[in-house]
Amino acid sequence: MGLYSLTPLDLGLAALLVLALGVVQLILGLGLFRTLAFNSVRMVLQLLLVGLILKAVFDAASLPWVMLIAFVMLGLAGYEVIARQKRPIRGWHGYGIGMAAMSATALIVTMLALTMVIETDPWYEPQYAIPLLGMILGNTMTGIGLALNNLTQTAWQSRTQLEARLILGHSVKDTTADLRSDSMRAGLIPTLNMLAAAGVISLPGMMTGQILAGTAPIEAVKYQILIIFLITAATGFGSLVAVQMGARRLFDERDRLRLDRLRSGR
Amino acid sequence: MLFEVKGLQGPNVPPVSFALAEAEVLTVRGESGVGKSQMLRALADLSPHEGEVWLIDAEQQAMPATEWRQQVVLVPAESGWWADTVAAHFAARPPASWWERLRLPAALWDAPVERLSSGERQRLAVLRALVLEPRVLLLDEPTANLDQGNARAMADLLLDYVDEHAAAAVWVSHNPDEIAARGHKRLEMTAEGGWLHGSV
Repeated sequence: MGLYSLTPLDLGLAALLVLALGVVQLILGLGLFRTLAFNSVRMVLQLLLVGLILKAVFDAASLPWVMLIAFVMLGLAGYEVIARQKRPIRGWHGYGIGMAAMSATALIVTMLALTMVIETDPWYEPQYAIPLLGMILGNTMTGIGLALNNLTQTAWQSRTQLEARLILGHSVKDTTADLRSDSMRAGLIPTLNMLAAAGVISLPGMMTGQILAGTAPIEAVKYQILIIFLITAATGFGSLVAVQMGARRLFDERDRLRLDRLRSGR
Repeated sequence: MLFEVKGLQGPNVPPVSFALAEAEVLTVRGESGVGKSQMLRALADLSPHEGEVWLIDAEQQAMPATEWRQQVVLVPAESGWWADTVAAHFAARPPASWWERLRLPAALWDAPVERLSSGERQRLAVLRALVLEPRVLLLDEPTANLDQGNARAMADLLLDYVDEHAAAAVWVSHNPDEIAARGHKRLEMTAEGGWLHGSV
């Protein structure tokens, strides 16, 4: 069973559906037409560009190329983590915490999977390395973004409660215990939903793609299980690192709550 | 000196210096917005500031912040409550006599925080600070939400604590009469700085 190659006409038909949605929204005056159109065009261009770049990288299959792609992906993900927060931590610390959390988890988990589980040869075989990193990074980014957003927003809103504990001589660790565990939970909610829904409510995208491309379902399932474990571990550890670093950054060396280190709301 | 402040100054705090001996109370007055609450926050090391603050022979910045705040305790105008029950906010159970003097029903100990009135919150916030047995109390209008009788009881309890524990207090109040009889020193705060009026 070969892969049916999609024609531009096929894609155009699918795009028409989104266009119809936009038109309905325009008629109802919901004002999302422009955002929807802009992001759809952007998605098409991004994916086409990635398709071209991946073809070149697959052909070259050299470590420096794979690393370059990985760092570009990481950098963009770091930006997205900040963009998803209402009151992110100011300056390089804000980017640094997101980037550190992602590189400490997404990169390491991907490398472990490549070297110890899939054992591709060479280990950076781009056909495996880049999609794998992409999937793990995408999920980790969402988790870390949600966790940090919860952390900074909640800290902003519960200033009185947090300072009430500092005033009585409680340590930063005790003061932020609830805040940190709530933020961890917020970061893990999409992953927990994914674990519960996998295969029953939703067919994971990668598995669907493999099945469409003609892979035997059980092979596709095995890959999907691997990916879900990797995503769960990376997102969980990523949120953990981000929340620990972020919570510490909310306080200075004299254990003062420093909400002035957050950007003002937007 | 028990508590000595030398050239304290911060983004929202005009320059202030004063010294308090054991059992001394400093009343602080000034227009709202002049930085009285901000000064108390700096004394508790809750916000960045310049200058020196000494507790006996230890400088604030040389002591771990948690230790400092257990000995120099701030009772802010607005108290924060982070747990569900009253008891969870106390390091120890206050003596029954304090509880009675502030006319608090004994059942409040296990009550949920959300059911407390603003006056009850204010009194409980003072008690949870006192059970730490601090050497210095930083009080931001501790009687503001209380009726006259309760305000009197609160002021008496605080002044007795300062006497009995050889502590000191920095007391921001719009109604200095309540402590006039026992107020030893007076600090008048303006935007240019705090002016100390000598011992009474």
